[in-house]
Amino acid sequence: MSKSLVVDLEKCTGCRTCEMACSFMHYGEYNPTKSAIQVSIFTENAFFVPVVCFQCKKPFCEEVCPTGALSKNEIDGAFVILVDKDKCVGCKMCTMACPFGCITIGHEGIAKKCDLCGGQPECVVFCPTGAIEFKEEKDGILAKSRLTAEKIYHQKEVSQ
Amino acid sequence: MNGWIGKILRVDLTRKTASVEPLSQNVAHQYIGGRGLGIYYLFNEVDPTIDPLSKDNKLIMATGPMTGTGTLAAGRYTVVTKAPLTGTVAMSNSGGMFPAELKFAGYDVIIFEGKAKSPVYLWIMDDHIEFRSAATLWGMNSHETTDAIVKETHPEAKVSCIGPAGENLVKYACIMNDKGRAAGRSGVGAVMGSKNLKAVAVRGTKGVTVADPLGFRDAVLDAQKEFHDPYMSGVLAKYGTADVVEFSNEVGLLPTRNSQAGVFEHASRISGALLAEKYNLRGARKTKACFSCPLACGRVTRVAEGEFKGEGEGPEYETMGAFGSACGVDNLEAVIKANYICNEMGLDTITAGMTIACAMEMFERGILSEKKVGMKLNFGNASAMVKLVEQAAKREGFGDILAEGSYRMAAKFGHPEYSMTSKKQEFPSYDPRGGQGFALAYATSNRGGCHIRQEVHCLEFFGVALLGIIETGGAIDRFSTEGKPEVVKKVQDFYAMIDSSGICNFIIIGSPDVNVLINLLEKGTGIDFGGVDGFLKTGARIFNLERMFNVKAGFSAKDDTLPTRMTQEPMPSGPGKGVVVKLDEMLPEYYKRRGWTTDGIPTKKTLKDLSLAIEA
Repeated sequence: MSKSLVVDLEKCTGCRTCEMACSFMHYGEYNPTKSAIQVSIFTENAFFVPVVCFQCKKPFCEEVCPTGALSKNEIDGAFVILVDKDKCVGCKMCTMACPFGCITIGHEGIAKKCDLCGGQPECVVFCPTGAIEFKEEKDGILAKSRLTAEKIYHQKEVSQ
Repeated sequence: MNGWIGKILRVDLTRKTASVEPLSQNVAHQYIGGRGLGIYYLFNEVDPTIDPLSKDNKLIMATGPMTGTGTLAAGRYTVVTKAPLTGTVAMSNSGGMFPAELKFAGYDVIIFEGKAKSPVYLWIMDDHIEFRSAATLWGMNSHETTDAIVKETHPEAKVSCIGPAGENLVKYACIMNDKGRAAGRSGVGAVMGSKNLKAVAVRGTKGVTVADPLGFRDAVLDAQKEFHDPYMSGVLAKYGTADVVEFSNEVGLLPTRNSQAGVFEHASRISGALLAEKYNLRGARKTKACFSCPLACGRVTRVAEGEFKGEGEGPEYETMGAFGSACGVDNLEAVIKANYICNEMGLDTITAGMTIACAMEMFERGILSEKKVGMKLNFGNASAMVKLVEQAAKREGFGDILAEGSYRMAAKFGHPEYSMTSKKQEFPSYDPRGGQGFALAYATSNRGGCHIRQEVHCLEFFGVALLGIIETGGAIDRFSTEGKPEVVKKVQDFYAMIDSSGICNFIIIGSPDVNVLINLLEKGTGIDFGGVDGFLKTGARIFNLERMFNVKAGFSAKDDTLPTRMTQEPMPSGPGKGVVVKLDEMLPEYYKRRGWTTDGIPTKKTLKDLSLAIEA
């Protein structure tokens, strides 16, 4: 069992409070460009997508890192890839390898990614709609399948 | 500085130069930001007697110290200038993403001066400031302008712009940002248009710091807890402000047929519930949020087919009142369409709707002919209403007269009494006969007919308390004048502070304890207000400086009025049947409590007590 960040797109309103909480936690300032979580906003369809590192079990970023700055870790029952700031040389290989754009080069010139705030993610603490949760992956996926099932059920109900 | 960036960007449009000035800590502590800093610079730099559309006017875009921080709904800025509609100070507030981005680029305030020779827009990317030609953008609506500029500049650029209404100097043109958001009232968009400034686009990569990081983090969490008010997080989040339509109708103050009545028999056909059910893309759920807002009251809507087909944001409650009940229109799709046109063309929906409502009454009374208007204009004519909104924005045909607002239009035809305005600005969708307190607030607001610079109606009929300021809350009798002058004064001063902080006042309504806001501002900036009294005194300073700008522009007690319909014609039906506004009972007491003369002018002593070094 392992905990991870689980996003419910139905609840996100695109307010970007998560970006604020993340940058404040890690850099002591409110600055969305320093946040490891980024919200994409598609106003026309009222659709909002927060994207944050999925903490892959077979992380491409870690595989390609030539200096061993990225490592697999376990904190507080969660699997997490962490950056060793002393080892990172800012070569950007990881940013090219990540298919999701979830690892970037920060203002200091070295790799920057979600570190789950050491086990208590600030984005989860501050998200005003409960769109981001930190919970057992299995529960998160189960909840999602349940939600999908409910939708199908509801649509069926409406059409009948 | 913490909270503030500490930088003012001064832009000379005539010479196409820009310079950065420091924001003095003393000024910041005395005037906070947004509305307060705006009036500070306007009062000190602009002669109040100028023509608002001349190059001597300045356009000030001011954020607050909370803008761009992670507290609740900290995404506001205020546009301050001399208003074309009223001749008073204008202070139009807007949210979205643009204001916070301006802070991230490293500026608290932009002051636009002079007039560009040809249409331009300003592109700000952190320290990079560039004047770009807006020749190809001129004539585009606000959505097209935003898309074109984002394409030309940066995918993450945030844009604030005018539509054709601002270019055509319509007296109630607004400034639109992030597409659906508006610095709506008093014609700030016309001032922008008069300067040949089509838009401001900004991208920022810098941060905002706070004075006491740990204390501020706790203050934000406290504010979040306060936010869980059932109305705010429930109803308002579900339906947006549109939910208010049926409530206002029940209590009998929904302006109907140009405020001839306060009950609209078809209110249920233009309700928030119907909007959510049939037109909201996400139904009755939280939809689109402004920066860092937990409420998400913005509605993204679509009318899929028919005469009023379209898509965009809104409408808000005020718009549904103005284009709905005030025009006697029970077709929600027409109301939504009129709102889309206003957003695209850059028009204030309240004044636009109420001006057409006024024209409808004059048409029915035979003052305006079908020939003059170019079409039949009875109450309830949804198609004519929608056509006229577009004509007003373009100043085409009868639209050229509508573009001047209801007061100038009604006066032109000899009947100013049919204009539902104070200081020439149209009332929002709360008939003043519904509550003596907010009637007084309308009459004394520094920008004329307005609800949102002092939401007294929230106390009078929503039963919202302002803990730490006014403890009575729901117990206030809305039809009584008793104690109202003091309530109005305090609420006005409090709202001057909210509007200056950079936080949205909707959130403050949901956090009824004033100490929540004080705590955020103190932990964020390091100011020590010295308690609620000191905090309200800062608000009073801002309010009185605005008043002094108006006084120097020629305003006094003679202008703190309401139309005779409000003071002499009893409400014909509903719970408020028989009520008229008793302004005369309240104004003398209000002036006394404000420390103003009987002519409504702040005394030397009052100004001195507020540390305002100006001649009365």
